[in-house]
Amino acid sequence: MSVQIWTYGFVFLTFGLYIGIAIWSRAGSTSEFYVAGGGVPPLANGMATAADWMSAASFISMAGLISFLGRDGTFYLMGWTGGYVLLALLLAPYLRKFGKFTVPDFIGDRYYSQSARLIAVFCAIVISFVYVCGQMQGAGIVFSRFLEVDITTGVIIGMAIVFFYAVMGGMKGITYTQVAQYCVLIFAFMVPAIFISIMMTGQPVPQVGFGSELTEAFGGGYLLDRLDGMSESLGFAVYTEGQRSTQDVFFVTAALMFGTAGLPHVIIRFFTVPNVRDARRSAGYALIFIAVLYTTAPAVSAFARTNLINTVSNLEYSAVPEWFSKWETTGLISFEDKNNDGRIQYVGDPEVNELNVNRDIMVLANPEIAGLPNWVVALVAAGALAAALSTAAGLLLVISTSVAHDFLKRSFMPQITERQELLYARLSIFVAVLIAGYFGINPPAYVAQVVAFAFGLAAASFFPAIVLGIFNKKMNKQGAIAGMIAGFSFTAAYIIYFRFINPAADNAESWLFGISPEGIGTMGTLVNLCFAMTFAKFSPEPPAEVQAIVEDIRLPGEAVAR
Amino acid sequence: MTNESANTYWKSNIKIVLSLMAVWFIISFGCGILLVDVLDNFRFGGFKLGFWIAQQGSIFVFVALIYIYIHQMDKLDAKFNKESSAGEKPASAEEQS
Repeated sequence: MSVQIWTYGFVFLTFGLYIGIAIWSRAGSTSEFYVAGGGVPPLANGMATAADWMSAASFISMAGLISFLGRDGTFYLMGWTGGYVLLALLLAPYLRKFGKFTVPDFIGDRYYSQSARLIAVFCAIVISFVYVCGQMQGAGIVFSRFLEVDITTGVIIGMAIVFFYAVMGGMKGITYTQVAQYCVLIFAFMVPAIFISIMMTGQPVPQVGFGSELTEAFGGGYLLDRLDGMSESLGFAVYTEGQRSTQDVFFVTAALMFGTAGLPHVIIRFFTVPNVRDARRSAGYALIFIAVLYTTAPAVSAFARTNLINTVSNLEYSAVPEWFSKWETTGLISFEDKNNDGRIQYVGDPEVNELNVNRDIMVLANPEIAGLPNWVVALVAAGALAAALSTAAGLLLVISTSVAHDFLKRSFMPQITERQELLYARLSIFVAVLIAGYFGINPPAYVAQVVAFAFGLAAASFFPAIVLGIFNKKMNKQGAIAGMIAGFSFTAAYIIYFRFINPAADNAESWLFGISPEGIGTMGTLVNLCFAMTFAKFSPEPPAEVQAIVEDIRLPGEAVAR
Repeated sequence: MTNESANTYWKSNIKIVLSLMAVWFIISFGCGILLVDVLDNFRFGGFKLGFWIAQQGSIFVFVALIYIYIHQMDKLDAKFNKESSAGEKPASAEEQS
């Protein structure tokens, strides 16, 4: 059977499963719609968090980026896992104890201010939109390659599916679909990784194969040594050595960590468990489930890079394998025979290099490059869709709760009934899907890069405001508002300047202290902290009842008001 | 619960969090980024040590840190519950239900 038939089979099967779960777990009340009624067991919540978290960026894009970045790609690996330590130790238990529906709920109540709530709503919506665009783009790539429809049709199909189960089930539907999606995506990621690891190193565990010797057929010697040697001789950077400056890697890693801990769609997952103790447990489960993929990814990167170079370097163009021509038709691989010798020169020097490979396709193309059976190739496509859709659904939910709950119900229309609130929540998902779809079809950068900006913004706005709200009893509304505005605008301005207004200047010389736009969120966090501390010092301290709330969330046990 | 025991609880909590965060920082930013080139001089198997910590080892440590935290906090909660129920108020029985 061909890859395409297998893919259609897997995609129909998994989509049917998701829709079935959505129908089974319809949401009736706002509490079910927003936080699944607060009754999700920690293990299930851990899986759902992992699926929510691991997006198209982690599944499709990350390993590919690492295989081109080598050691510098580390910031994705450490950043996107290390943030969970912050989340588990600094945020999750306290926010669960606080016991409301959303992040703007916390900001608004803790800082006793409608303005703070509205700023938080604004940040949550912007961050989630930036992030969801990356997902739609990822879904579009998969559809266009494996179902051989064009990207626009692909994005529309993806949008329709997400819309269906997010609208119907709300958080309850999303949570249980995400549990299923985690299983699909992790299976789809691990199977080819294990196959390739056995093929190349004889080791069934990819994490071990990563540091093992290659088999005779691949020329022997340690995998990483061989990859270093090949890269060097073709004029690419040595794989296990860094190219970026240490401070840039430091800042990008920190931005991704702080961002992880400040992303509203991840934080609200901890509102869905029954109590504080379960919130801690579920952070632990989530990181284990995430670590399975994240420790495999760098191995996949090294395998894929080695295989790609082995396969295409100096290959006669007329003899390219089928996958090569198929990716060429999507425009994601391109070859230009500069010296007219009919062979592919794949080298580091841009003057001589004739092959361009889009980083986003490495994970998807990897099983084909390695010549694995068709069903494995199709499985990867289904896994990538699971990753993209599960995250998109979680983000759309944040957008809809922000609009319906925080913006309308808590700010402007407190008299609306629960039914009306639900209706508005569903309507806002509809609008959000349309906007996200538009950006999915007209994307501004690589998936993982788009997503990295969302992290910068979350790091600079929410992370400091929430941490200060818990750990600094005297932090007041003036401080929090000034901090969020300063951090968010600083970070947004830096990114917009280098990516959209003056992209020509986007290089290490013109960056502030040599920090790339991906890493500027860390600076934004510091700006936020400085502003918050200064403003808080020169304005009255928060009222006694707010300080009492802070005292209360610091202790375990059930929330008083819900 | 009394104010005093709440205070002790919070102080112990901060101590646990700070010590785990110190390990978190040393492993990720310390070994994985700042000292990576120094550690790369050591090898085990096919890995350079610094490279391995950056791409694999740190993640295992992160998982361990969260589990140590869960364990420590459970212990602290248990101690705290016992103290507060040994005191005047056994009313916090519905906690941790």
